[in-house]
Amino acid sequence: MLHDQTEFEDIIQKHPQEKRSMIPILQDLQAKYNYLPPVALNMVSQALDVPLIDIISVASFYNAFSLEPKGEHQITVCIGTACHVRGAPLILEEFERKLDVEAGHTRNDGKYSLDSVACLGCCAIGPVVVVDGEYHAQTGIRDAGKITKMLEKKEKTND
Amino acid sequence: MTNTKLRSLDDLKQKIEQESSRKAEEKRSVLIVSAGTCGQARGSLKVIDSLEKEIQKRNLEDRIAVKITGCHGFCEAEPNIIIQPNNLFYQNVQPKDAEAIIEETILNGQVIDRLLYREPGTEETTLAGPDIGFYKKQMRIVLGDNEHIEPIKIDDYFAVGGYSAIAKVLQEMSPEEVIEEIKKSGLRGRGGAGFPTGNKWAFSRKAKGDKKYIICNADEGDPGAYMDRSLMEGNPHRVLEGMIIGAYAIGADEGYIYIRDEYPVALKHITTAIQNAEKLGLLGDDILGSGFNFKVHISRGAGAFVCGEETAMIESIEGGVGVPRQRPPFPSVKGLWKKPTNINNVETWGNVPIIINKGADWYAKIGTANSKGTKIFSLVGKINNTGLVEVPMGITLREVIYDVGGGIPENKAFKAVQTGGPSGGCLPAEKLDLPIDYASLIEAGSIMGSGGMIVMDENTCMVDVAKYFLNFLRDESCGKCMSCREGTQRLWEIVDKITTGKGKMADMQLLEELSIAVKDASMCGLGQTAANPVLSTLRYFKDEYITHIKDKKCPAGVCKELITYSVIDENCTGCLTCKKVCPSGAVSGELKEIHSIDREKCIKCGACLEACNFDAIKVE
Repeated sequence: MLHDQTEFEDIIQKHPQEKRSMIPILQDLQAKYNYLPPVALNMVSQALDVPLIDIISVASFYNAFSLEPKGEHQITVCIGTACHVRGAPLILEEFERKLDVEAGHTRNDGKYSLDSVACLGCCAIGPVVVVDGEYHAQTGIRDAGKITKMLEKKEKTND
Repeated sequence: MTNTKLRSLDDLKQKIEQESSRKAEEKRSVLIVSAGTCGQARGSLKVIDSLEKEIQKRNLEDRIAVKITGCHGFCEAEPNIIIQPNNLFYQNVQPKDAEAIIEETILNGQVIDRLLYREPGTEETTLAGPDIGFYKKQMRIVLGDNEHIEPIKIDDYFAVGGYSAIAKVLQEMSPEEVIEEIKKSGLRGRGGAGFPTGNKWAFSRKAKGDKKYIICNADEGDPGAYMDRSLMEGNPHRVLEGMIIGAYAIGADEGYIYIRDEYPVALKHITTAIQNAEKLGLLGDDILGSGFNFKVHISRGAGAFVCGEETAMIESIEGGVGVPRQRPPFPSVKGLWKKPTNINNVETWGNVPIIINKGADWYAKIGTANSKGTKIFSLVGKINNTGLVEVPMGITLREVIYDVGGGIPENKAFKAVQTGGPSGGCLPAEKLDLPIDYASLIEAGSIMGSGGMIVMDENTCMVDVAKYFLNFLRDESCGKCMSCREGTQRLWEIVDKITTGKGKMADMQLLEELSIAVKDASMCGLGQTAANPVLSTLRYFKDEYITHIKDKKCPAGVCKELITYSVIDENCTGCLTCKKVCPSGAVSGELKEIHSIDREKCIKCGACLEACNFDAIKVE
């Protein structure tokens, strides 16, 4: 995937050029591209005068960052304690089958990324599944199929 | 006077008075809609939209107002509406109800029965919010204002007397007197460890240094806990006011709010609150002409549980990998950028203005000998009234679960309550009469923690719960201490083996020994408490471990390798529902014939159990 390097530059320059800006810059990059493009990380390293290995170290430590591009659709299943006791693991497994992708990964065709998260803080309405930013409350195993169908339908109309 | 800078204490007092009387003079009916993250997820924004449209359509703007507030705590009833002046409480409101609410209730004064709350079990309806069982035993001194405030409007906070504690502190209290007052109140850290807040402040006050920092720990990472999110979303100025008072007492001129990345609404509200407080001169240089300067910055977390630990959080704010530092030196002496730093949790900061306003003596009357005030818990899991509850310390677990929480759904048997998140433990039915305070929970093998309270019933497997927390911890261990990095991994492997039927009796002792090693040899709280979920389940639910090991069975029907799905012939109506949902073609049988499940083909996905309307699927 090719990106305009001046865009990276703009994002980096928005912050003070010090080490303390590393996480905010990476967060902005992640928000814009859904992952951290390698070229951008090199530029962050030069701008902040921090070795690239330290940038990679931070980028791989925090869950919010991804070093690989994310899929067009992002499905996140909450597996916090409250969702867990209400059956979230079975829902996650069902999504793995329906979407044909392992949790924590993006499907080969780049359509879907399936992730789990340890608590979104809306335990009352669990099990919670977030699909492209939209919260689905009190989901069951069968909702995995319904949500997958809905996404596939969207894909078709887009084509 | 809106948006003009407040230049003196008199300006502030006048502002508070003005906004309070504006509130008192409100003649309109006010529809208060709860719209925190949970409310929004359940559609409260659509309800607000349809209410506003209905009011516009009928030109009733001068008679009816809609107020968009943060969370009222009663998540189970979301979206809910409180209708003032009578505090009528409507639950699970849908957009299509808007017309009826305006027409029948506001204009004709009639109560809509179908929107009233019904107590679990008795089905009795209640009109006013405060009379509902869920709210009756609560003491909402920190969360209570959420109902009265539009969180993005600073004037609403003034209207409930907000920022009056600042006026009091700047006018009549020295920093030392503020610290004394907090000490006297008995307030202890609400983030987990329960360290006395006043003492912590005193350390930072006394620490040498021309530059000091305070930090608000809003990195609420315990799965199953969302107290802090709700307070920041619903009443961000309360937290800011607490921080300003703390900064004044300690002598800090800069503060950080380290906020969890998964909380977009809270981030938005706290950011707006800071901007509004700056505009009015409640943050910045020479606050209210007192000569006291204080600025607040936001630092967004990036998803690492260990960053809730003070020194790891400091590393993260400085821009690095969030790994803990060796202590001492403690942050109060050498913290952020090597300067004295005081870190308190969101709820702790939220308690500070109340103590200043009402006095330490008033505050210290609430609670038990060593635990004062109230505590907010997120009461979740297998419970009827899921929600955020604020209760006085010393209340029993039974009161919280059965009186406030309304008991377990579907009349299932209570098995355990988990408090304290991954650092806490699971307490069984015989501990239900335990009064909640810091000491009693530790003695019982759990901790107060930040306030997660997850209720578990007969369908929850306690070995699986231990495995769940270990899986979380092995993933979140930062890796700095070998005992934690390898220990949590090894503990998980052993428990995993037990849940798949490959465990040995000797494993239980090994778990205990390894737990002690992880606890003793780890540097920070994560490792030191990592074994609690294992130890507490071994202590109270050893039988379940033994059944997994000896009989190769999971009594709760959770551990996949040890269970089978079958049809209960007497209950099966032959409706084909389970056959339709089965993804692996394991169900056979024709319409109106008793179905059966082929164990070879069954992948134990649970779809048939969820779909069956006749309780005809058995898991054992």
